[in-house]
Amino acid sequence: MSIGHTLLGLLESGPRHGYDLKRAFDEKFGHDRPLHYGQVYSTMSRLLKHGLVEVDGIEAGGGPERKRYAITDAGVTDVEHWLATPEKPEEYLQSTLYTKVVLALLTHRDATDILDTQRAEHLRSMRILTDRKRKGDLADQLICDHALFHLEADLRWLELTAARLDKLRAEVVAK
Amino acid sequence: MNVRQWCRDLGMGARFAVTGGREGWVRMLLTAVGVGLGVALLLLTTALPNILTARDRVENARQDYSASYDTPKADDTVLVAVTDTQWHGRSIRGRLLEPEGPGAPLPPGVGRLPAKGEMVVSPALKRLLSSDGATLLRERIPYRITGTIGDSGLIGSHELAYYAGAEGLVPHSGGTRVNRLNAFGNPAPAPERADPVLILMTLVVFVALLTPIAVFIAAAVRFGGERRDRRLAALRLVGSDSRMTRRIAAGEALAGSLLGLAVGTVFFLIGRQTAGSVEVRGESFFPSYLDPSPALAALVAVAVPAAAVLVTLFAMRGVVVEPLGVVRTAKQARRRLWWRLLLPLAGLAMLYPMIGNGRSNGDFNQYLVIGGVLLLLVGVTALLPWLVEAFVARLGAGAVSWQLAVRRLQLSSGTAARMVNGIAVAVAGAIALQMLFAGVEGQYTRETGKDPGRAQMEVDLTDRIPLALARAEFARTEGVRTSVTLSTGMVGGKRREPDRVAPVAVGDCSALREIAHLPSCHDGDVFAVHNPYSDPGYQEGIRPLMRPGLRVWMDPTAGEARGREIAWTLPATVREVTARKDSLQGDPSGLLATPSALPAGAASAVYGHVYLRLDDAVPDADERVRTAAARIDPLAYAWTWAATEQSNRYASLRTGLFIGAVCVLALIGASLLVSQLEQLRERRKLLSSLLAFGTRRRTLGLSVLWQTAVPITLGLLLAAAVGLTLGTVLLKLAATPVSVDWPSVLSLTGAGAAVVLVVTVLSLPPLVRMMRPEGLRTE
Amino acid sequence: MTPPPGTLLTAENLRKSYGPTVALDGAAFSIHPGEVVAVMGPSGSGKSTLLHCLAGIVPPDSGSITYDGRELAGMNDAGRSALRRSEFGFVFQFGQLVPELTCVENVALPLRLNGTSRKEAERSALSWMERLEVDDLKDKRPGEVSGGQGQRVAVARALVTGPRVLFADEPTGALDSLNGERVMELLTDAARSTNAAVVLVTHEARVAAYSDREIVVRDGRSRDMERAI
Repeated sequence: MSIGHTLLGLLESGPRHGYDLKRAFDEKFGHDRPLHYGQVYSTMSRLLKHGLVEVDGIEAGGGPERKRYAITDAGVTDVEHWLATPEKPEEYLQSTLYTKVVLALLTHRDATDILDTQRAEHLRSMRILTDRKRKGDLADQLICDHALFHLEADLRWLELTAARLDKLRAEVVAK
Repeated sequence: MNVRQWCRDLGMGARFAVTGGREGWVRMLLTAVGVGLGVALLLLTTALPNILTARDRVENARQDYSASYDTPKADDTVLVAVTDTQWHGRSIRGRLLEPEGPGAPLPPGVGRLPAKGEMVVSPALKRLLSSDGATLLRERIPYRITGTIGDSGLIGSHELAYYAGAEGLVPHSGGTRVNRLNAFGNPAPAPERADPVLILMTLVVFVALLTPIAVFIAAAVRFGGERRDRRLAALRLVGSDSRMTRRIAAGEALAGSLLGLAVGTVFFLIGRQTAGSVEVRGESFFPSYLDPSPALAALVAVAVPAAAVLVTLFAMRGVVVEPLGVVRTAKQARRRLWWRLLLPLAGLAMLYPMIGNGRSNGDFNQYLVIGGVLLLLVGVTALLPWLVEAFVARLGAGAVSWQLAVRRLQLSSGTAARMVNGIAVAVAGAIALQMLFAGVEGQYTRETGKDPGRAQMEVDLTDRIPLALARAEFARTEGVRTSVTLSTGMVGGKRREPDRVAPVAVGDCSALREIAHLPSCHDGDVFAVHNPYSDPGYQEGIRPLMRPGLRVWMDPTAGEARGREIAWTLPATVREVTARKDSLQGDPSGLLATPSALPAGAASAVYGHVYLRLDDAVPDADERVRTAAARIDPLAYAWTWAATEQSNRYASLRTGLFIGAVCVLALIGASLLVSQLEQLRERRKLLSSLLAFGTRRRTLGLSVLWQTAVPITLGLLLAAAVGLTLGTVLLKLAATPVSVDWPSVLSLTGAGAAVVLVVTVLSLPPLVRMMRPEGLRTE
Repeated sequence: MTPPPGTLLTAENLRKSYGPTVALDGAAFSIHPGEVVAVMGPSGSGKSTLLHCLAGIVPPDSGSITYDGRELAGMNDAGRSALRRSEFGFVFQFGQLVPELTCVENVALPLRLNGTSRKEAERSALSWMERLEVDDLKDKRPGEVSGGQGQRVAVARALVTGPRVLFADEPTGALDSLNGERVMELLTDAARSTNAAVVLVTHEARVAAYSDREIVVRDGRSRDMERAI
């Protein structure tokens, strides 16, 4: 999961202080692992260096946490590209996908697109596995089936999420 | 398993039937309407004997024929003249009444004797007289209406009858039908002797009508069986055992049949009311005649629900309801023939001892007749499933529609056989009855000896009217082409109590030539008829009365009836002439005389007959003649010649059979349609998927047709065979020569086939509707 | 709108309502010969209706369907039925085999509807049953065979006429995964060997994985994933 993209996405809805960013991240994505402030600081430095964010202003009182960040046009394009690129189908992918979906909802993008794109990518992998399975021996079949079942579980999650998008949007936007 | 358990399960089933949602209600209503129709017909048939007795009661109460001629004139006597007539083929019962004192009796249904020129009429006649186009009838019955005849004096709501007041009637004289009575009614009512063959026929009619109704009710309680099975499977899932399930199913049938009893009672009451207000082939009756006898009604009320329960239990015997669905014991044992053959054979065995019994050897054993006929007809329902199964198993493949139909029949031939069972039984019974009727018809149809080609009507006159007057009146009557006038009387060798009497016919030469071939004829001639077509012994016996110069007496006194006793000496020549084969007078014999050959006053000793030839082009010529006859003399009797006449009771029995057979076939057709539609509905999904890969609707329609056509053909063949067998046996019972009336066999089987065809045609639109692709959608 | 070159069956802008229910709301579809296309989507999304429209079972309310250069919307029912008989094959989830006929008679049925003699029809039926490994069931009735066997009989029946398009609506819906996959394997192998296009309606990803590409139907609208990427 890319913390950089996530923070960028959070900034897209408006400039925030570093501290606000950490709070928003923890609230929406960091259910079991809150972000260290140091991570925020280092990520922001990297994004600043790449010109994806800029410092919008510094509040009086000093301290790095008082810096206010805003996303640049290059940053928006970067988020856009990240969201549209399907993840390589692999295990434990959901947290990234979830982050993407929530960010899409927050930034009023079409979250269905993300899910459909991901589904297509999953199916592409499944096709390859199915093809290998049909041509291979029993061992190949068993190995491929294992992967296929996991992918299928992902796909089901994708479908379920797609069916619940409206509800999720209401919850995310309300917070 | 105890009684309480039974009741609880039956009750639960009944509750399911009522609370089964819309589907349950529809099923229950179908069953109820089906059973109801059957029950209504049952009640109607159980009421039939009542109709006959109720009518007999009225007929007896109003009988006004007196066998004795010597009732003296008294204060309490009345003279009654018969003036029956006809109006466009409908009989009108007419009587003239002349009280001879203040104590004169009243006929039933009449409160006060009408005065001269007045009459009391039945409501139906009142309506008829006031209708348009009844002018001729009003002229014929010209009396003023002063009242109506009550129901107690009528045998039906549509009976046409009147009592008119009269004066100057003379009892037992001059060819009139006038009786002197001191009371109406038959003092010893034992009217028509119960004819064993008629009773036999009545019994067979009843059994032949009731058996298909029973088969129909059995089918009706199984309407919607497949859906019910699914519900039962759900019950098994929640833990009811298979016996309980069966009882619950029986309970559902019970509820349907109980509702059916109620519906049937309503149908019956409606039918009873309707029956009281309609007229079928000149027969009508009052609703109250249609009261079923209480014992029979109670029997129906108990037997129908009981039968519903038994039929369901029996039908579920081949069905195993498992928690997850219904298994029809897939490989059913092949139907065995022997016990199915036992039924009809036992029936034959019961009838066999009575063969040749006929009319003369006493009554038939009713139980054996009913049992035998019943077993033969029920045998059809037992044999048919076997026959269908055995037959379709041998059928080869043909076109796709044929293959679909045959395979379906092979898999479930029982369903197919059940569908046509009712029709087969009804047709078998009807064929047997038709044969019996056709065979016995000869015995109940009398040759009248009248040839309608020679004259179409005859008016018998009384001695009250001079013949010339009548002739003049008919000459004026529109529609009469020619008329021939003849008078007839009797001569005896002695003034009183002659040993023999010979008939004498009086007329001019041209009239006499209508009776015999006369080589020459002058007024004053007398001829003796030799009739080669009649009984030679009788002719030989009366020959001594026709010797030339013999003194004979016209209208001699015999017994109580006092004659005119007019002496007549025959002329010196009495030529013998040969009777015409087509003589105007039936079976002529005796003397033919020209008017001047008779002595003075002889005219009062003979009665006139006018034979009329009508002009077909004139409408209502016969009605005009009747009215003219009544104008001449209300007591004149005008009638139309017909070659044959049937016994009334026989005719009404035949009518009853016809109506019954039509009702039963229509009923069965309705049930066929219902079960057909149900089967189609269950196959909806399959039909849709067949349609998806391009099956033509025509192919499916044809396969539905084959599916019914094959079993019905078998059913009708079997029905014809059983019907002919039963008919043959019944004719032998009645000691009547056996002959098969093929046209009626064909028309009856044709009617059965027509019912199936109509049902198939009616089920095609729903079939097409069900074959819509929407059937593929999963709801 | 002319269909892209090389496509066998194309649909544009299909709309279809059942009463107030909108089943298709501007769906599109195309398939090449020999291609296996999965139609996916949640239940009630209109994927079965899309299949019914494509196969000419149900006429759409509006939109065009072109098969091999012919416009289906312009054909009458008899024409579409004839097309289904000769050019298309069908496999449904269940309830499609005539319970009274034996398996081989069921497979031979479409040929016989086309007028092939019984003997000839049953011979080719048997050879297809061999390919689908159910030839030993030929004299059994559908009620006597397992679900997987019945589906293979149904596949044989769908392929016996040598259709150019095979429509399969949840063909494995009533089967376990092992039987379902076997049926899919045999179905796609057989279709590929005859260069038949397969329209495969399914909600199962592992079944859809036997396809070459998929389209997703959602709320009556279709989405071609290959074109989207």
